[in-house]
Amino acid sequence: MPTSEPIVEVRDVVRCFGQVRALDGVSLAFEPGIIYGLLGPNGAGKTTLIRVLATLLRPDRGTVRVAGVDVVADPTGARARIGLAGQFAAVDEFLTGRENVEMVGRLYGLSAAETRRRSDEVLARIGLTHAAGRQVGTYSGGMRRRLDLAASLVGRPQVMFLDEPTTGIDPRNRMELWELIEDLVRSGTTVLLTTQYLDEADRLAHRIGVIDRGTIVSEGTADELKDAVGGAVLQLRVADDRREEAVAILRRVSGEEATYLPRERHVRIPARHGSRTLLEAVRALDAVGIEPDDLALHKPSLDDVFLALTGEAATHALTEQEPQEP
Amino acid sequence: MSAATAPLSEGSTHEPDRARITVASAVSDTLVIARRNLLRNVRLPQLLLFATVQPIMFLLLFNFVFGGAIEGVLPPAAGGNYINWLVPGLIIQISTFGAGQTAIGLADDLDRGVIDRFRSLPMARSAVLTGRTFADLARNAAVVSLMMVVGFGIGFRYQTSFLGFLAGLLLGLLFSYALSWMMATIGLYVKTPEAVQSAVFLPVFPLVFASSVFLPTATMPSWLQAFADNQPITVITNALRGLMLGPGALPPGTSVSGAILTSLAWIAGITLVFSYLAVRAYRRAVD
Ligand SMILES: Nc1ncnc2c1ncn2[C@@H]1O[C@H](COP(=O)(O)OP(=O)(O)O)[C@@H](O)[C@H]1O
Ligand SMILES: [Mg+2]
Repeated sequence: MPTSEPIVEVRDVVRCFGQVRALDGVSLAFEPGIIYGLLGPNGAGKTTLIRVLATLLRPDRGTVRVAGVDVVADPTGARARIGLAGQFAAVDEFLTGRENVEMVGRLYGLSAAETRRRSDEVLARIGLTHAAGRQVGTYSGGMRRRLDLAASLVGRPQVMFLDEPTTGIDPRNRMELWELIEDLVRSGTTVLLTTQYLDEADRLAHRIGVIDRGTIVSEGTADELKDAVGGAVLQLRVADDRREEAVAILRRVSGEEATYLPRERHVRIPARHGSRTLLEAVRALDAVGIEPDDLALHKPSLDDVFLALTGEAATHALTEQEPQEP
Repeated sequence: MSAATAPLSEGSTHEPDRARITVASAVSDTLVIARRNLLRNVRLPQLLLFATVQPIMFLLLFNFVFGGAIEGVLPPAAGGNYINWLVPGLIIQISTFGAGQTAIGLADDLDRGVIDRFRSLPMARSAVLTGRTFADLARNAAVVSLMMVVGFGIGFRYQTSFLGFLAGLLLGLLFSYALSWMMATIGLYVKTPEAVQSAVFLPVFPLVFASSVFLPTATMPSWLQAFADNQPITVITNALRGLMLGPGALPPGTSVSGAILTSLAWIAGITLVFSYLAVRAYRRAVD
C-alpha cells in the first residue's frame, strides 16, 4: 500500500542524554496494517525511539507523527490512538488480571459498561478468561507478559508499540506471543516492535529497520535486506588449533574478511561465486591437510545482514579480537 | 487467543474514545488511580500489617512503658492520664510515618514502569499525583480511626467537646495531606525504592522525636527546645491537644487559636511549596 498515508512518520529525530546521542537523526515511515520491526543491538536506541513515539520523551530535534497526530504538539491526541508495552511488564501484581485491564480502559476514557465489555473481549483474546479473577502475583511470566501486551487493546489503539516483547521469555511462550502479535495485525492494528532477535524480525516483520548507534542503517523487507548484503555465505568448522590457518586460506580464496562465531564455533566468509568458491576453498584446505566439518553454503540470512550492518561482527572477527571460548 | 473473537481494533481509522482532557475526566482519572493505590495498601500483606499493627504497637508501648514515669510532668489538662496526652501526639506521629508510603509507592511505580504506562495513556497527567495523595489521605484516615478505637479502649477521653475532638482529627488529616506532597517530592527525586526508605526516615525521625509528640518540650536542653517548639510537628501537635484537651494542655504563652492558625499556615505552606516541587520532580523524573 505505497499510496496510503504513513501511520508512523519519524523525521530527523535527535535525542541526547548528556553526551550520549541516543537518537542521532532517525527517520522512518511506514503504512498502516503491518508489523514494522526495529532491529538493533543493545544500546542502539530502540527503547529511546519507542519512548519518543509513545510521548514519554520529547525529541530534542525532528518531528514525529503517529496516526496523523504530532506527538509533541498534541500528546493527548497521540496517546488516545496508541498502545504501549514497555520492555518490562508494567502490570500491577496486587490487582487481578481483569482489574488491570479495566483500569487501563477507564484511563482511555471508556465508560464503566464499555470497559467491562471490552475487557471481556481482551481477556478472551489472550486466553486469560479463566485466570481473570486471580491476582497477577499468581501469574506465570508468560501470562503477565500477555496481559501487559494486551492491556492497552482495551482502548482500541491504531498503533501498538512493543519494546522487546519476547526478551527473557521461554520458547513456548515466545511462540504464543508471536501468534498474539500476528493476530493483532490481522484485526487491523499496526504494530511497531523492537527486537534484538533476527529470527523474530524475520518471522514477524513485514518491514525491518536496522538501527545502530542511534541511526537507521538499513531498511526494507527481510528479503531486500538479504539481497543488499550480496551473495551466498560459506560456513564451516575446523579444529581449533588450525582455525587461524584456515581463516588465512579462506581469506585468500574469497578475497573477503572471515568472521568467527564463537557460539557455533563456525567460521563464515562471503562466497561471491557460490559453489565455485566452495570448491576452491575445499581444495585449498585439503592441500594443507585441514578437514572442514559442518561445511555448508548458505543463502544470506538476516544474521549476515546484521553482522554486515551493525558492526557487531567486529567484536567476533578473528582479525580484531581473540574469540572468547565458551 | 482465537481469531474468531470480535476484532478489537475494528479497522484503524475510528475516532478515539477520548482525545481531550476535561475537568470531569481529570476527576475520573484521579478516582481510578486513587482506587488502585488503595487496593495496593489493602492487598499487599506487608503494607496492611504496617498500617494496622504498627500504630497499635506504638500506642500500647508508649502508654504502658512510659506512662507511669511521665504522668508527673504532664500539665493538669491531661487529666492525670498519659494516654490523653499521648493520643493527639500519636495521631501526628502515625500520619507522618504513614506519609512515607507516598514516597515509597511512587518510587516503586517509577521503578516498575507503571508510571510510563500511565503517561502513555490519554489521561490527566495530574491524576498520578492527586490520585496518589488522595489515596494516602484515605489510608491515613483509616489508620488513625483504627488507632482511635484502641485508644478509647485503653482509656483515652477528650477533655473538651466532641466537636473539638473532630476538629483536631481533621487538622491532623490535613497535615498528613500536606506531608504526602513533601513525601511525593522526595520519592520522585530519589527514585530507587530502597534509597527512598532511608531518605524518608532520615528527616522524619528527628522531627517526630524532637517535638512535643511524646513529652512536653520543657525538659529538653534549651537549644533543642528552641528548635522543637517552633517546628511544624510540635505546632500541629499542640493545636490538636488544644482542641482535644483544652488550653491548659499548651505550653505557657501559647493559645489554642494561635496554634491552630500557625498550623493552618504550615499546612498551606507545605502543600503549596511541595505540590509545586512534586510536579516539577515528576516532569524531571520521567523525561
Ligand atoms: N535515561 C537515560 N540517561 C542516560 N543515557 C540513556 C538513557 N536512556 C538511554 N540512554 C543511553 O542511550 C543509548 C540508547 O539506549 P536505549 O534506547 O535504551 O537502547 P536499546 O533499547 O536499543 O538497548 C544507550 O547508550 C543508553 O545508555
Ligand atoms: Mg531497550
